[in-house]
Amino acid sequence: MAKTTKKETVKKAAPKKATVTAKKPAVKKASAPKAAAKTKAALESAIPESPLVFERPEKFEQVKHSLEKVDALGLVCGTQKYVGDIDMPNLLHVKVLGSPHAHARIKKIDTGDALKLPGVVAVYTYKDVPRVPRTTAGQGWPEPSPYDTYLLDSKVRFVGDRVAIVAAETIEAAEEACKKIKVDYEVLEAVFDPEKAMDKGAPVIHDEKDAYVPIPIFYDKSRNHASHVETKVGDVEKGYKEADVVLEKKFYPHYAQHCPIEPHICMAWLDENDRLVLRTSTQVPFHARRITAQTLQIPIKKIRVIKPRIGGAFGTKQEVLLEDICGLVTLRTRRPCKLALTRSEEFMSSRTRHPMVVKIKMGAKKDGTITALSMRIISNTGAYGSHALTVLSNCGSKVLPLYRANNIEFVGDTVYTNLPVGGAYRGYGATQACFGTESLMDDMAEAIGMDPIKFRQKNHIVEGESSPIFKALGEGREGVDMAIGSCGLAECITKGMKLIDWKKKYGKKGTGTKRRGLGMCCLMQGSSIPEIDMGSVFIKMNEDGSFNMLLGATDLGTGSDTVMAQIAAETLGCKHTDLIVYSSDTDMTPFDVGAYASSTTYLTGGAVITTAKKVRDQIIAVAALKMGEKPEDITIKDGICYGKGKKNKVTFGDVSRYSLYENKQFQIGAIGSHISHASPPPFAAHFAEVEVDTETGEVKLLSYVAGVDCGTAINPQLADGQTQGACMNGISFALTEEYIFDNGKMLNSTFGNYKIWGTKDMPNLQTFLVDSYENTGPYGAKSVSEISINGGLPAIANAIKNAVGVRLTRPPFTAEKVLKAMKELKAPKVEAPKAAAKKGKKK
Amino acid sequence: MKLNVKINGKKFDLEVNPNAMLIDVLRDAGFKSVKSGCNEGSCGACAVMIDGRPKNSCIVLAGQVQNSEILTAEGLGNPETPHILQKSFVDHGATQCGYCNPGSLISAKALLDRNPKPTEADVKDALDGNLCRCTGYVKRIEAVLDSAKIIQKGTKGNK
Repeated sequence: MAKTTKKETVKKAAPKKATVTAKKPAVKKASAPKAAAKTKAALESAIPESPLVFERPEKFEQVKHSLEKVDALGLVCGTQKYVGDIDMPNLLHVKVLGSPHAHARIKKIDTGDALKLPGVVAVYTYKDVPRVPRTTAGQGWPEPSPYDTYLLDSKVRFVGDRVAIVAAETIEAAEEACKKIKVDYEVLEAVFDPEKAMDKGAPVIHDEKDAYVPIPIFYDKSRNHASHVETKVGDVEKGYKEADVVLEKKFYPHYAQHCPIEPHICMAWLDENDRLVLRTSTQVPFHARRITAQTLQIPIKKIRVIKPRIGGAFGTKQEVLLEDICGLVTLRTRRPCKLALTRSEEFMSSRTRHPMVVKIKMGAKKDGTITALSMRIISNTGAYGSHALTVLSNCGSKVLPLYRANNIEFVGDTVYTNLPVGGAYRGYGATQACFGTESLMDDMAEAIGMDPIKFRQKNHIVEGESSPIFKALGEGREGVDMAIGSCGLAECITKGMKLIDWKKKYGKKGTGTKRRGLGMCCLMQGSSIPEIDMGSVFIKMNEDGSFNMLLGATDLGTGSDTVMAQIAAETLGCKHTDLIVYSSDTDMTPFDVGAYASSTTYLTGGAVITTAKKVRDQIIAVAALKMGEKPEDITIKDGICYGKGKKNKVTFGDVSRYSLYENKQFQIGAIGSHISHASPPPFAAHFAEVEVDTETGEVKLLSYVAGVDCGTAINPQLADGQTQGACMNGISFALTEEYIFDNGKMLNSTFGNYKIWGTKDMPNLQTFLVDSYENTGPYGAKSVSEISINGGLPAIANAIKNAVGVRLTRPPFTAEKVLKAMKELKAPKVEAPKAAAKKGKKK
Repeated sequence: MKLNVKINGKKFDLEVNPNAMLIDVLRDAGFKSVKSGCNEGSCGACAVMIDGRPKNSCIVLAGQVQNSEILTAEGLGNPETPHILQKSFVDHGATQCGYCNPGSLISAKALLDRNPKPTEADVKDALDGNLCRCTGYVKRIEAVLDSAKIIQKGTKGNK
């Protein structure tokens, strides 16, 4: 079958070239309409253009300050409301019966006994619901993920897959009913090894006829082949010939779960107009509305999705997992309902980080020039192809541009297996891929006899440079060409070296049974999906000079409501507390793609500026009218409009009351949208210091330092908090988090057995932000949320190598694996390394 | 069964199922700051103070708290008059999604009640059972240490 290369991917719209540098901001000019196309020109003028760059104020009043998070007091006092924090009379409790088998067909299913139980109101199986292939991935429409998932199906494809839905008066009754459902399974052969999933004769997981991919990209379900991406720049074979050293290694980043402390939860009810209301823990309220409508075959206008406070998400709530079930129950029973996943269900049945096989090949000259770089990925998407293509393409697009190389090759495949389902997880492919490249960067430095930091400094991308990868790898279509407009990586490296005391400590392993090592890595990510993602904002002015700001954007605890208030306040000329922020309600707020792809600050922040500027213009016009001044003479500071020479002044409240009650009445307010034309990478350098016990293999993480360039940190305290949280998650992923399987069943689906780090596990964690200015972002901002989760794996792996000389490729780096690798290093090599590594794969 | 408890200083006579878990009893009684994260006593989101000691209410049976005094985050303070710890969590940026905050504030309160001058190690020890996936804990530890200092200085907070 023909494989989709970048040339064959379909363009939805002609991508505009957005080559923007910090030094020379390209100001977009209104396109000159052709004389013949008057109507077209009129249409175009009615459709607003998003600016390529934003104005840079001389100084900041509201942004770049650590102002108080707008919801913080309510959160710490327990008055803010999450999904499950409202009481609803007549509520039904919903439970989903999960499959005990990794791969099976439901031959017979009998719900009679379950329905007879007291308190059980409804039981639904695949026979009772519409069969609509769709994806659960909350992405822009049409999604670049296969439509391979059903509300309920006659086949189950992983342990925990949906078998039946029960609604009952109590959760106990619902649980009891699940036990009473009699299911006769035809157990099928399962495939668990992603490297064998595409083999001829392997069990076909999606043998149903109706699964398809909604955009013209590669998809071959008959071979468990969920997606394929490849791209080439230059001639890698020539590059390898030019190299003094060529290295190649395989890395195996593993399964992990996001572990938001609030598991997925959704409530549903019918409102007074008989519309379905979904109150849900989602990152993507608008996509959730669309996908629920699609699944239940009802019009979008019949659904309202509300996102209240969310107890963390990290990607797993960029997925429509409960809304369709709750919608079904409420529409069928006409009663409110609630479905909350247990921690165990969260681990087994929600979404995970795609585990991968990452093969990196690198060629370099002795002087440190990288002559060629190849990345070959096999991504395991589990039973369904959620984010199958885009996580895969991000392996290349968020990693390969970091170092200069003339010859680059990327080949990636996503495969189905009968294991838990992959999805979006903070880092989104970059985490997995950079583990490979950053490990191999260290090995290459050693092989050519160069210091690993010097090797990186010599090769990393800088301001004004571009990478052909930006254009070559998009998300389901061609990417967007761009040059780096801001890069503070050099400073991240030098400052981080000082903080971890690199020069003094590097290479001083010590003697005896405790050996110390230092390791580091460089990282990049992106900021939004260029020319695909869109965010929008509505602002209206109140009589006291305050503003309601309605955002589609989704604050998951990240603080985006606060960041948006600061950007609006900066633009309007008031305090961030003058903005009353209400976000993510599909009935009330304008559209936003949602909180993913490190987009909210960069993308929706742009929409806030665009909208606030329109409002500011109206305020100035009214103030000028009221004071009898010229608009161009009006200045604004702290919510007060001043006339020429500051003789006259009116407050925002005066202006608003004038416009509402006194003269030429109208509502001061505006709506605005923004799409980005670039996805400027934030950069980071991470450092780890470990102590390895040579007798037990135990790794103790002593210190961890992370420096991040996120452009302007709109709220430095929040940006720092994002960095610290991401670092700890990355560290915990590298050292302890692990799925242990038996025949496809996760054996350790509790916090007792799946170790995420607590306060006592903490290393000496130091984080810092490096100031840079990104002209394409709102007030110079880039993204910050994802990048720092990527550092744990490579920085710690490199530190372990530095301490005891072993290159670990199969995380987490448990004592058992380190000790084993150390023994193999000392032992004469009789065993093939591949076979040796495989033994350590599970457990 | 009838359950007589004092919650945040107020007496309650509740009719509860003796098998009911305390977390559910408290949430049903309106104390929604008590959050569910694991239902196995591992994450600390449901921590409340029972007679002065922090406990995970998801593994405490309602019947075990007869005649007890219970403190939840609502009892610490409210947005108008927050407790020093709550204010300090806000000032230090120790709250992101906030879901784990009520439980960790209870653990912090219990620590400061028994040890008004904790070291960093004491704080790490006391808060180890309160998992947080957002913050990386740094700011939370700073907030608790800072609160201890403020309380030591005798700055008037409420409570």
